Formats: sequence, C-alpha cells, structure tokens
Amino acid sequence: MRNKHRLIHHYIDLITVLTQKDLKVRYKNSFLGYLWSIAHPLAFALVFFIAFKVVVKIRVENYTLFLISGLFPWQWFANSVNGAPMIFINNASIIKKVNFPKNVLVLTHVLQDMIHFLLAIPVIALFLIIYGKAPSVSWCYGIPILLFIQFFITYGLSIIVASTNLFFRDLERLTMLFTTLLFYFTPIIYPEHMIPNHYKPLIHLNPMASLMVSWRNLFMVGVLDIFEICLALVYAIIIFFLGHVIYKSLSWRFAEIL
Amino acid sequence: MNRRVVVLKNVSKSYPLYHQMMGIKNFLFNLPKGIRSMKNSRIEVLKDISFEIEKGESLGIIGKNGAGKSTILGLIAGVLKPTKGTVFVEGRVSPLLELGAGFHPDLTGRENILLNGILMGYSKAEILKKMDNIIAFTEIREFIDQPVRVYSSGMLARLGFSVVANLDPEILLIDEVLAVGDMDFQKKCIDKMEEFKRNGVTIVFVSHSMDNVKRICDRVIWIEDHSIKMNNDVNTVISNYTRMR
Ligand SMILES: Nc1ncnc2c1ncn2[C@@H]1O[C@H](COP(=O)(O)OP(=O)(O)OP(=O)(O)O)[C@@H](O)[C@H]1O
Ligand SMILES: [Mg+2]
Repeated sequence: MRNKHRLIHHYIDLITVLTQKDLKVRYKNSFLGYLWSIAHPLAFALVFFIAFKVVVKIRVENYTLFLISGLFPWQWFANSVNGAPMIFINNASIIKKVNFPKNVLVLTHVLQDMIHFLLAIPVIALFLIIYGKAPSVSWCYGIPILLFIQFFITYGLSIIVASTNLFFRDLERLTMLFTTLLFYFTPIIYPEHMIPNHYKPLIHLNPMASLMVSWRNLFMVGVLDIFEICLALVYAIIIFFLGHVIYKSLSWRFAEIL
Repeated sequence: MNRRVVVLKNVSKSYPLYHQMMGIKNFLFNLPKGIRSMKNSRIEVLKDISFEIEKGESLGIIGKNGAGKSTILGLIAGVLKPTKGTVFVEGRVSPLLELGAGFHPDLTGRENILLNGILMGYSKAEILKKMDNIIAFTEIREFIDQPVRVYSSGMLARLGFSVVANLDPEILLIDEVLAVGDMDFQKKCIDKMEEFKRNGVTIVFVSHSMDNVKRICDRVIWIEDHSIKMNNDVNTVISNYTRMR
C-alpha cells in the first residue's frame, strides 16, 4: 500500500520534471512556446480565410470562428503526432542509461501540447465575444470530455509513431504527410454537410472527424452530439490499446536499437 | 554468507545487426528479405554467463574493448533484456555510464541533476534536499547554471559522479568514467567509493585502469570471447590478465 503510494508519487514527479524539461528543450522559453501555439493556428486561419472566404466565397456563417474552433484542437493533435517520431530518439541517452517507464516521455509530450491548447481556449472565447456570441455553460463538461477523448487518440497514435520510428527511421516525413492528408479529409476548413452525399458515410472512417466536428459544435453553439462522441470514444479506445500493445512489444528493445 | 543482490544465470545477449539502417520504404519494397534479415542477423556478445554479487561487495569487470562489459552493466541496470537466461537485481540501481550519458545537452547542470535523480528513482524532494551537496561536490561552481553542452569532458564526469555519489546509492554501476577527470577529482572519486565500500554499497566497477580496480574491487570478472574467462579475487585475476598481454 505504502509502496504503491510511493510509486504514484514518483510517477507524478517524473511527469512534472519531464514536462518542464520538454518545455525548455522544445520551446527554449515557455512563454514564447505559448505565443507560438496561438500564432500558428491564427496564421493558418488567416490563410484559409483568404483562400476560401475571400477567393472561393464559401457559404459558411462566421467562417473565421468556424476555422478557429477547429484549428486549435487540430494543432494539438498535429503537433503531438508530428513531433512523435523524435520522442525516443531525442531521449536516447537517458533511455540507454536508466530503466524507467519510457511511455512517460510520450505522455509528457502530448500533455504539453494539451496544456498549450487549454491555454488557447480563452482566445477562442475572445473571438466568440468579438462575433457577438458567448461561451456556453456546456463547455464546463464538454471540454473535459473531448479533452479526454482527444488525449487518448493523440497519445495512442503518438506512441505508435514514436515506437515504430526507432525501427524504420524514415517515418518522420511519412508522419507529416499523413497528418496533412488527414487534415484535409477532416471537416475543419469545410462543414461536413458540404461533403457530397455519395461520400458522406466515408467520413466516419476517419478517427478524427467526429472529434473535430464535436469541438467545433461545442465552441460555436455549445452542443454535443452523443453519437459523434461515442464514435470518437470508440476510436480513442481502439487507438490507445493498439498503441499500448505496440509499445509493450517493442519497448524492451529501445535501448539496444537507439 | 551475505544476501545476493545481483544474480545473472545463464545469460546470453545478442544484438541485431544492421546491414543498412532500413527505412520503411526499403522494408516494404523488399518485404520477405527484410523480415528474414530482421530475424536472422544477430551478433552474440555474451554467451551463457553466470555470476552473483553479494550485498556490499565490489566487483570489477575487465576485458578488451568490445568484450561486453558495458552490456553487462546494461543488463544489470535493466535497460537491456537478456536474449536467454535471467537477470535478478534487488535494490535501486544507480548507473554511471560513459561520458554524458543521461544528460540533456540543452539543460543546465542543475536541471540535469534533477532529471537524472528522478529517472534513477529518487523523489524530487530528496534530490532538492541534496542539491547543494551535489553541486558542492562537482566543484564546477558557476557553470552549474550553464547548459551542459558547454561542459568539458572532465566537468561532465564530475557532474555524473556527483549525482550518483550523493544520493545514497544501493547498487552503483560505474563504467569507465573516471579516466577523464583530473587527478584531484579521480582521487576524490576513489575516496568516495572506498567510503561507499565501508558503508555496504554494492559496486560494479568497469575500468581499464588496473590500479583503480585494485583499489576498489574485492573480486574481478574477466570477460573474453563472449564468456567469463576468470572470476576470482582481484589479485589473481589481474596478474593473469596482465600476463596475458
Ligand atoms: N546497441 C548495440 N547494437 C549492436 N551491437 C552492439 C550494441 N551495443 C554494443 N554492441 C556490440 O557488442 C559488443 C560489446 O559491446 P560493449 O559496449 O558491451 O563492450 P565493452 O566491453 O563495454 O567495450 P569498451 O571497453 O570499449 O567499453 C561490441 O562488439 C559492440 O559492437
Ligand atoms: Mg564499454
């Protein structure tokens, strides 16, 4: 009992110290890191606004708001997954030295992007207010639910990418390609009802689609669709377990292959 | 007889051999060959090794470059898994490996102390309490707040040794790190290790310096041709080892 308590306590220490380290190493300065995590999606929102609203004249109300409420959560996902190939490689020297639960490295990597996303939510609220709307009370339970689901999807995918990249070192570009393609197949810059009827059923094959639609609906109108949430949750569970199994079967070889 | 804290039983260890560091493209384009080469090409480094270490004992491991000494430490530290056989370790292992191993170049000395201590299983509170002692032991003063990438090799060795030495180790694994320290520091380390010996810390010491091995170790294992060539008291093994060369 006491031992277990100690173990949990140590796990928490491990996570806080590694997160601090990550913040420092990845962003040099955590405040700049935060600014960057806001500027990046806003810049993309601007680009998509010009391309699709100004040029293509897409018929979506409050298109800026629409873009922002999808781009911020996506940025969390994409940043985590795109950075995943290097997680174990960047920590090679500690992995070769001490035996510790290496999945904590992935956990802190994803947590850190999650924290940045959380800190960016006030920016979304600000845009809502600018557009004459207000954050909804449903955020209080909606955000934790979606946060939880997205965390498991992102962690699962990141640990798959991080582990397999040690065995096939060219996964980094493929990952980038994969997340970019997935972005365009996910209703973030276009609403799902614009997808031709013919292809509509296919959208649910994309594990990120339900989740991103849910985020946007939560931020823009304050509602959650139970079907979308359940679907996203099923994907989260599958991907998380897949990641766990792959990590478990490969992790004992990390130190010899790094 | 004392309690045994490290037991290796019929341990073999082989590493995968990489003809070419395969990318996923190569792998997919030569699928059958790729799978076969993954399975077959392993190089055996240790073959059927067995030995035990008692609590409080100081064991030296000697042998040529590439003999497998660091591999044995990796097995004891639990970062490597044996291909065959079993490794049993009881107690907290504090590894002190080659230069800079375990340090993050972009973090300062102080931050690396915390990171390393945590990874070795100490709590944040324990490390912060000992922080001043650790820093004092390194004698690198204001450099402690510089990123370790600007450290000299000797400074890295000082930092590494100070962390493990000041955190009450139980099983200390030392892999050829003292060589780069200056004379003062080498002496300081050897003194500290003698103090550990008196206090019942188990030490596994890998070194090419027979003098240091003689100072520290009670017993020595000599590794050659993938197996233990000799496992005996320090003087017997070292005199045979030096005569062989
Ligand atoms: N991760 C690895 N992958 C493949 N081969 C490895 C790996 N690590 C070590 N080896 C091989 O295993 C053998 C033993 O290596 P090891 O590092 O244990 O030797 P050592 O006795 O510590 O040598 P030294 O005195 O030079 O430190 C060497 O031939 C080395 O090439
Ligand atoms: Mg070695």
